[in-house]
Amino acid sequence: MKFPIYMDYQATTPMDRRVLEAMLPYFTDDFGNAASRNHAFGWKAEEAVDAAREVLAKAIGAEAREIVFTSGATESNNLALKGVAEMYASKGNHVITVQTEHPSVLDTAARLERQGHRVTYLQVKPDGIIDLDVLRGAITDQTILISVMAANNEIGVIQPLEEIGRIARERGVLFHTDATQGVGKIPIDVNAMHLDLVSFTAHKIYGPKGIGALYVRRKNPRVRLAPLLDGGGHERGMRSGTLNVPGIVGFARAVELALAEREAEERRLTRLRDRLRDQIMSGLDRVFLNGHPEKRLPGNLNLSFAYVEGESLMMEMKEVALSSGSACTSASLKPSHVLLALGVSDDLAHSSIRFGLGRFTTEEEVEYVADKVVSAVTRLREMSPLYEMAKEGIDLKTVEWSEH
Amino acid sequence: MAYSEKVIDHFQNPRNMGSLDKNDKAVGTGIVGAPECGDVMKLQLKIGPTGVIEDAKFKTFGCGSAIASSSLATEWVKGKTIGEAMQIKNTDIVNELSLPPVKIHCSVLAEDALKAALADYLKKNANGTPVEENEKAKEGVQ
Ligand SMILES: Cc1ncc(COP(=O)(O)O)c(C=O)c1O
Repeated sequence: MKFPIYMDYQATTPMDRRVLEAMLPYFTDDFGNAASRNHAFGWKAEEAVDAAREVLAKAIGAEAREIVFTSGATESNNLALKGVAEMYASKGNHVITVQTEHPSVLDTAARLERQGHRVTYLQVKPDGIIDLDVLRGAITDQTILISVMAANNEIGVIQPLEEIGRIARERGVLFHTDATQGVGKIPIDVNAMHLDLVSFTAHKIYGPKGIGALYVRRKNPRVRLAPLLDGGGHERGMRSGTLNVPGIVGFARAVELALAEREAEERRLTRLRDRLRDQIMSGLDRVFLNGHPEKRLPGNLNLSFAYVEGESLMMEMKEVALSSGSACTSASLKPSHVLLALGVSDDLAHSSIRFGLGRFTTEEEVEYVADKVVSAVTRLREMSPLYEMAKEGIDLKTVEWSEH
Repeated sequence: MAYSEKVIDHFQNPRNMGSLDKNDKAVGTGIVGAPECGDVMKLQLKIGPTGVIEDAKFKTFGCGSAIASSSLATEWVKGKTIGEAMQIKNTDIVNELSLPPVKIHCSVLAEDALKAALADYLKKNANGTPVEENEKAKEGVQ
C-alpha cells in the first residue's frame, strides 16, 4: 500500500495517465490557436476541439454547438446565474436555488441579491433532498431560473433532476444544474431532465484542472446569456478567450473513460463504500450517516463521530487524506453549511468526516482506513470530556455550556 | 495547514490526559467551551494543603491545537502554587506551541479552563476547610 492514502475524490482527482497521453501532443507539436482559420496549426487545434465538443455533448445527450468551454465549474456556475439574471432581467428578477449548493452558486446568488434580484434558498429534507412541493410553491411569475445541483460535493446526495426539470418546464422557468459531481458518475440527460444549463468540470473525473464546460440549450427554448468576459467573441460570444486546447482534449478523454467504465465503477465503488461504512459502524457506536443512504454518489460516505472533533480525527489519521465539515478547518467558525441545512446539530457537524472513494481506491486501502478510523475515534473518545459525560449518563443537551 | 512540532508532540503524547475525582474537595474542575462551537475542555487540579498544585488532568473535545493547549497547560501548572498558576496567560501557550491566528481561541480556552478549575477549587474550599489552608489559597490568588 502507498502512503498517504488519497480518500478525498470529491475535492479533486488524480489525472488518469490515458488522459495525459491524449493531451501531450497539444502542448508541443499541435499547439495551434483553435481560432486561427488560415493555417494548418489552427485547423488541427480546431479539429481537436470539435471532436472534444462532440464527446462532451454526447455524454449529456446534447449537441456539440451547445457546449461552451470555461475554466471550470466555478466559472460555469457564475456564467449561468449571472448570464441569465442579466439577460432575462426584463422577464423577472427571481432565482431559486438550494441551501446545500456549492459556494460558487451560493455566493453568486448572494451577489445577485445585492444587485437587486430576489433569491429563494430552498431548504432540504433531513436526507439532503429537496421537497418538490416546496419548490413548486416557491415559483412566482417573476422566477427566471431554478438552480439545483445534480449531486452534492459533501454528502453526495443526488437530487431528483427529472422531476425538477418537469416542474421548471411546466412553469416556463429555466433550469440550471451544477453537475460537477454528477457527470461521468450518474446518468445526466439534458432532454430527459429538461435541463437548460449544465455546469461541469474535468478535474473531478480524472481530467486536468482549469477546464470546464457549460451546456447552454439552443432550442426549446433557446437560452441566451450575457457573457462574463468581453473579448474576441469565442464560444458563440458567451466566453471570450483563446481555447485551452490541451485541457479540452483531456476533458473529453476523461469523460469518455468515465462513461465507458461508469457502470462497472459504480458497482465497485458502491461495494467498497458500503464495506467502509459497515466496518466502521460495526467497530464503533454513536456514528451517524449524513445524507440519504442510497440516493448518493457511489464514492461518497459522510459520517459524524459523536464526541470527537473532525479536525483532530484527521490529524490522528494523517496518513489518510480526508475532509471534514468541522469549522476548525476553515477560518470561519461555522461548521459545514451543508450539514447544518440537513438539520445536523452543530456538534455533529464539527464531528463529520467525508470519505471520497474513486478510481484508484483499493480494497486494501478501504480496510486499512476503516481499521484506522475505529482506533483513532476510540483514542480520541478516551480524551473527550463529552464521551466521559455521556457515559456517566449526562444528557449533553441539558448541560449549560459556557459559550465563547 | 501544517501543525508545529510541539502541537503534534502534545497531540500524539498528551501529558496528563485523564480525570480526577470531581467530588474530592481538594480537586478543582473547570469545564469550558461548548460542543456546538467545536471545542470543550475539562481541566482538573488537585491542590495540596499548602496551595501547591500536586496533580493536573485534562480531557478535551476539539482540534489538535485545543488538545495540545490543554495538555501543555496541565504540564505547566504541576508544582506551581495557585498564585503562580493564575499568572499563566494564553499568549504564553500561543508562543510555546507556535499557534497560528486561527487557533488562538484554543489557547484562550485553555487559560479559561485553568481559571475555572482554580475558581472551583477556591469555591469548594471557601468554608469548612482549615482556616490556614484557606488563607494560603487566597494568598496565592493575590
Ligand atoms: C459541486 C461543485 N460545484 C462546483 C465546483 C467548482 O469546480 P471548479 O473547481 O472546476 O471551479 C466544485 C468543486 O470544487 C463542486 O464540487
